[in-house]
Amino acid sequence: MTVTAQHDLNITRRRVQPKAAKDEFWQRGLILVVIAYLFVGLVLPIAMVFTKSLQNFSFQTDQVTVAFQTETGFDTPRTLQSWFEETGKEINNGLRPTERTRLAIVKVIPKPARAGIEAFQITDLSEKGGQFLIDGVLSEGGTTYEVERKKLSKVQVKPQVDYGLGNYGYYFSSPALFHSIQNSFLIAIAVVVIVVPLAFGYAYGLMRTNMIGKGFFRLAATVPVLVPSLLPAIGLIYLFGNQGILTPLLFGQSIYGPIGIILASVFFTFPHAMIIMIVALSSSDQRLYEASEVLGASKWRTFWVVTLPGARYGLISAGFVVFTLVLTDFGVPKVIGGDFNMLALDIYKQVIGQQNFQVGAVVSVVLLVPAVVAFAVDRIISRRQVAIMSAKAVPYQPEDDPFLDRAMLIYCGSVALFILGVIAMCQFAALAQFWPYNLTPSLTHYDFSKVGGGGWSAYWNSVKLAFLVSTFGACAVFIAANLVEKARGFELGRNFLQFLAMMPMAIPGMVLGLAYIFFFNDPSNPLNFLYGTMAILVINTSIHLWTVSHLTASTALKQMDKEFEAVAMSLKQPFWRMLSRVSAPVCLPAISEIWLYYFVNAMTTVSAVVFLYSPSTQLASVAVLNMDDAGDIAAAAAMGMMIFYTNVIVRVGYSLLTGRLLGQLQAWRHR
Amino acid sequence: MKLAQFLSTAALAAGLAVSAQAQTELTVYTAFESDDLQRYKEAFETANPDISINWVRDSTGIITAKLLAEKDNPTADAVWGLAGTSLLMMKSEGMLEAYEPAGVEALDTRFVDPASPPSWVGVDAWVAAICVNTVELEKSGAAMPTGWKDLIKPEYAGMVAMPNPASSGTGFLDVSSWIQLFGEEGGWDYMDALHENIAFYTHSGSKPCKQAARGEVPIGISFAFPGAKAIAKGAPLEVVVPVEGAGWEVEAAAIIAGTDYAEEAQRLMDWAVSEDAMKEYNQGYAVVAIPSVAKPVPNYPEGVLEAMIENDFEWAANNREAILKEWTERYDGKSEAK
Repeated sequence: MTVTAQHDLNITRRRVQPKAAKDEFWQRGLILVVIAYLFVGLVLPIAMVFTKSLQNFSFQTDQVTVAFQTETGFDTPRTLQSWFEETGKEINNGLRPTERTRLAIVKVIPKPARAGIEAFQITDLSEKGGQFLIDGVLSEGGTTYEVERKKLSKVQVKPQVDYGLGNYGYYFSSPALFHSIQNSFLIAIAVVVIVVPLAFGYAYGLMRTNMIGKGFFRLAATVPVLVPSLLPAIGLIYLFGNQGILTPLLFGQSIYGPIGIILASVFFTFPHAMIIMIVALSSSDQRLYEASEVLGASKWRTFWVVTLPGARYGLISAGFVVFTLVLTDFGVPKVIGGDFNMLALDIYKQVIGQQNFQVGAVVSVVLLVPAVVAFAVDRIISRRQVAIMSAKAVPYQPEDDPFLDRAMLIYCGSVALFILGVIAMCQFAALAQFWPYNLTPSLTHYDFSKVGGGGWSAYWNSVKLAFLVSTFGACAVFIAANLVEKARGFELGRNFLQFLAMMPMAIPGMVLGLAYIFFFNDPSNPLNFLYGTMAILVINTSIHLWTVSHLTASTALKQMDKEFEAVAMSLKQPFWRMLSRVSAPVCLPAISEIWLYYFVNAMTTVSAVVFLYSPSTQLASVAVLNMDDAGDIAAAAAMGMMIFYTNVIVRVGYSLLTGRLLGQLQAWRHR
Repeated sequence: MKLAQFLSTAALAAGLAVSAQAQTELTVYTAFESDDLQRYKEAFETANPDISINWVRDSTGIITAKLLAEKDNPTADAVWGLAGTSLLMMKSEGMLEAYEPAGVEALDTRFVDPASPPSWVGVDAWVAAICVNTVELEKSGAAMPTGWKDLIKPEYAGMVAMPNPASSGTGFLDVSSWIQLFGEEGGWDYMDALHENIAFYTHSGSKPCKQAARGEVPIGISFAFPGAKAIAKGAPLEVVVPVEGAGWEVEAAAIIAGTDYAEEAQRLMDWAVSEDAMKEYNQGYAVVAIPSVAKPVPNYPEGVLEAMIENDFEWAANNREAILKEWTERYDGKSEAK
């Protein structure tokens, strides 16, 4: 009796649960696909960075023995360790061995000890072999090699890998490397202190005054996002370098070093801070200002007690965003830093200059920590921000104030002049025949075939990459955000996807690039075939820029009522029809914004792709870096300007196109 | 009708397959100057019509890092035009296949790996030189330097740029040659004094010379090739061969161990050391591996060949780590960009 009752109950319970229809299986499958994509393109490579940073190399001197030839054959083999003990010498002169350190046997066994010996037997005692090389050929495990006297100098002992924290100890005890941490933090803080008030003032002029030319100033302020961060550094060299036209303004100080890094960083972080400030200043309540006025507060006091506190989250958020941007950027110090070392530059120097991948990985981990912390703090703060604007708020309307309006016009005008001046200088220098001795206009620097970097094909590769990334990225991000926001059930998977989508923001581009080398270039990785292709650049860039795109898509989707889903379900419509017929058209402004964001950033990104491009997939932004590196700074400026014009054209085209398209698709918004 | 169409398509496909088979594509990693690549490729392919070269070019540091990163799974079949120091490093990784190219005996022995058969052969050399901007020098009122020792005079304070040895092969070449020329202690004393005059350290070897050409610094420690090119473009530049002698480095060729195209790679090596190839190198480089072939190059300073010091590559490669560590501790930690 009870058994049957329970049986019945089971059946009913099963019926009550909404059938995980085919639709939901598809949704879950898709969630898993996106998770897998982010896992392979983000989590696993980053894990490889950690593993690599733990690789230590040491000589296993007890695994190699040497026997001397005597009249009767060979004497008893001795380990190299016993030789070190006998001579009291330090292995590798006490220097820390890296993957590439080699130990010459002739340096281990002193000359007098082997005088008159004509041949040696050298044995690799280890199981897997590879303890030493004879003239470039690796030894096999458990094998004995006979070497004549003349050839002994060709025997090199190879260090073996083990895992531990040794690299970190080495890094933190090395003053030059440790110095860069200090430098990076000082510069990042200095830039925050300059940019945040600067951007606040600019945004204040745009949002809270009635100065003229607001539209122009808004556009001028966003110009820096259209160029790689290398370009302002190049422009500053032309303006303030030793042959610069404004050099006397520095009063003998050199632009190469902290001054140049700070100025160029201010340039490229300014629009990011300003956009946050505009948002912060736009959500203000007119009633608070009226109350303040009624209570007899002066304008100055109102500013301190109403305006600033209202924008405090924006100020903090802008501070963290700028801090992270400066800390993780490597283009600016590379071009204008002189010998001023910074963390992101150290990664490049360790990997490219010294081929020391392990220490490069350690610096990456060191760089990852402040980036993650800054990002986490920013997220926590921005979550609080949501609540300050109440439904009853009255939007603030600025009053006419001739003095303030004029002062703000001068202020915004000088900032805009600085931004546009740097860009104009680059264009001017790119067109000069031979700066500074021959200023005849010419197009010679646009003939990229005479300089390294890949030339025009690099430019077209960049355009191709930008189109691929923006199109693929916008689709992928929107579908992923849609699944997070709108899918039914499968809470765990959706939360995990949300977490993964937020991660890329905290990961510096250089670290992600390095992670990709470690992960995709491993021959045992089945995805190895992607290495050196355009596909890996698309994957890398799409993931590197995922978070901001995801947030844009989520915000747009959140504005759509859940009832749409309910209606679609009751009409038995599959989710993809809902997605393609309702969500996507409604969210088209957001999707096209994501598309543009991806496009512009794929054109300008350097740090994430600098380790990944191959000769057939050279990129314009990397070409700017490499041309400057080789000293062809005019060609670098010319290529940088090509990126700028491309982004301008795409942006203008985008406004025209979306203006019309959105007019049709968004007609429902108007009565 | 359909059959005829099918047959013609099949014949076409077969024809393509035949021509594809005849043409072997050899992936060659290089750090040769980019404007030379097409010329070298055409010259080689004319002599070897069945092989085509697929160049993979980047700067020395980057291409070396790339080769080492790909160690377990190399995509390159051969290397042609990479610094000898980099090839020594690759040899000690067991990445090179030893091969004695036909005609190697005609080469200057200093250019060839002493092992037999050699793992790499040098084809040309770049030699350290001082690039001086005559206009800026005149403005400063200082005299024209003639050698390394001149550069530490106080009159050149803040006027010299040199490549950072930790990130540039040329920079390492300079530092190792000073230690070889002036002795261990004398070398470091020299660099201590030179550091006082350095305006900045660059990451690339040709950059100091190009900066000197633009007047960004009056004096650039670099090598002659970019100087000669800048003079041709109209830069007020003079390339000085230091009187004490100059460090140098070979650009070498080698076969990557485990290549599927060993025979083709060997033919590349044979051609790379041939007299025809030397004539091609000689269009840009004054010093090539067969000295009798070399003709003077326009805008090149005289006496480069005589200035080349007895460079001990093995010593330099073996002491690279220790030298770089010492250098970095002495000069790289200074935060101020002077």
